[in-house]
Amino acid sequence: MAQSTLSKKQNNRVLQVFVYIVSILMLILSVLPFWIMFVNATRSSEQIQQHAISLIPGVNLQMNWMVLQGKDFSVITGFKNSLIISGFATLFSVYFSCLTAYAISAYEWKLKRPFFSFIMAVMMIPGTVTMIGFYQMVYKIGMTNNLLMLILPAIANPMMVFFMRQYMEASLSMEIVESARIDGAREFYTFNKIIIPIMKPAIATQAIFTFVANWNNLFIPLVLLTDKENYTMPLMVSLLNGDIYRVEHGAVYLALSLTVIPLVIVYLILSKYIVEGVAMGSVKG
Amino acid sequence: MDKRKHISYAKYGYIFSIPFVIAFLIFSLYPILYTLVIGFTDLQGIGKTELHLAKTPFENFISMFNNASFKKALGNTAGLWICNFIPQLGMALLLTAWYTDKRMKIKGKGLFKIIFYLPNIITAASVAILFRALFGYPMGPVNDFLTRFGLYHSEDGRGFFFFNDKFSTRAIIVFIQFWMWYGYTMVTLVSAVIGIDPGIFEAAELDGANRWQQFWRITIPCIRPIMLFILVTSMIGGLNMFDIPQLLNNAGNPDGASLTVNVLIYALAFKGKYQYNKAAATSVIMFVLIVAISLLLFFSLRDKDEAAARKARKRDMKERKMQEKVYGKAGF
Repeated sequence: MAQSTLSKKQNNRVLQVFVYIVSILMLILSVLPFWIMFVNATRSSEQIQQHAISLIPGVNLQMNWMVLQGKDFSVITGFKNSLIISGFATLFSVYFSCLTAYAISAYEWKLKRPFFSFIMAVMMIPGTVTMIGFYQMVYKIGMTNNLLMLILPAIANPMMVFFMRQYMEASLSMEIVESARIDGAREFYTFNKIIIPIMKPAIATQAIFTFVANWNNLFIPLVLLTDKENYTMPLMVSLLNGDIYRVEHGAVYLALSLTVIPLVIVYLILSKYIVEGVAMGSVKG
Repeated sequence: MDKRKHISYAKYGYIFSIPFVIAFLIFSLYPILYTLVIGFTDLQGIGKTELHLAKTPFENFISMFNNASFKKALGNTAGLWICNFIPQLGMALLLTAWYTDKRMKIKGKGLFKIIFYLPNIITAASVAILFRALFGYPMGPVNDFLTRFGLYHSEDGRGFFFFNDKFSTRAIIVFIQFWMWYGYTMVTLVSAVIGIDPGIFEAAELDGANRWQQFWRITIPCIRPIMLFILVTSMIGGLNMFDIPQLLNNAGNPDGASLTVNVLIYALAFKGKYQYNKAAATSVIMFVLIVAISLLLFFSLRDKDEAAARKARKRDMKERKMQEKVYGKAGF
């Protein structure tokens, strides 16, 4: 008996070591591509040509930056446009999804149930399958290079309405609303001043994911935006496929690093909420 | 009193839904219908917007069904998704089983989770270009690694041309998808397992169930709904795969190895002959396919639960009737 528990313990130990080894290997696998990218951003194209792998940074960061300056890759423009689109799209998505969810969970109206069923039904339709019709519509009214066409659709975000509604059902008591009414607050005022603050935790997680999704979106901007002044970050990245970058390895790595660094920084700051948010969204969804 | 209040406030339900409804009608419903209509026209050529019905109503759909590129793209899309989904789910399940095992006490789980999830939030476009550089020819980092350690030796000493080979091009796409998504899947599964009532595991342990038995008999059945959720969302995402194959394509596209349906739709509509009609028809086909598969998965999941619930209800009713009978008799 004693021996069997001992061997069990040993078994446990062996398995534990194995788990750590696999975990650390996966850790390296997740980080290594980014590490090579950052390091190569500081090395000259000749160095990279000779030996593309190095774990120690070089001294050519500034030179790569100069090379990049001479090309059509503009970090500032891409960053600005992505920030405008993602920022406003997130704001609209969050605000109007809360409003719609509030309409569903706080009021009794005839079409409430069919409306909610409808939202559940259209939740899974991916935007890419409607692309041709969307493009033709936008082209017809001459708005192809208008950033608004990437922002306004965010007002209708069925997935988020569903999530917000689930959250409200769990955490919103109508008593608060009733007492606000007795105090003479109007419905819209109640929503803005009382409901939105209560929804803050849900808003935070949803905002992060919507922002990242908009920031990373390639397909729709690729179709709509033709003017380089309006290019978003992923569109700038797609330029790196061009022939003028064929020999400029260092500059390409630097450009990639510049698109990745902001995301990594934001992620590391918010990682706790993001990882929790993934879990929350999926369990509830 | 309560009822009157509800009636007087009902209009706000409508008012607060208006922005959503308007935006949905303009930016989702109208484009869907418009796409459908374009599928039945001869709309081709850059800058064209006028619609004329095609000579025969279903000609675009029929021509796409007979189109070799479409068949290839559909096969690629399905293949690339399946080849990444199975190892992705396998790896995620393995890590989940390890990280949720109370007896093993793995330290640094939080850090592992955060780092494994990292690739998922990085722009797919950047990831695609990065991997194109990493697997570059003649001297990308991977080739550098292979030649330095003597793992691969080509006759001209220039390394392996990954994007000139069908198999390796596909394998790289599959790997990128796996690499970007296993962390997400794991985080989701871990949270689902944490949500299981710990009492069940304790009881199983008392009964002498080992790790293996606990995992297959308790964990897997309990997280089945979440796994189906992951399956459906991953499938929809997989069928819409675009960024990575699109940006890897320029590096080399041996025999359409990385052509997915969305890449094809983009190429049809915005390159060459600008065949909006055929692209729209392809979109509609994909739309129908996605809805059909989603519904199939959804109902196969729901029916089982509902059937079980119905059975339980019936049994309940029967028991109640029996009890009523017994009590009734006793009462009289």
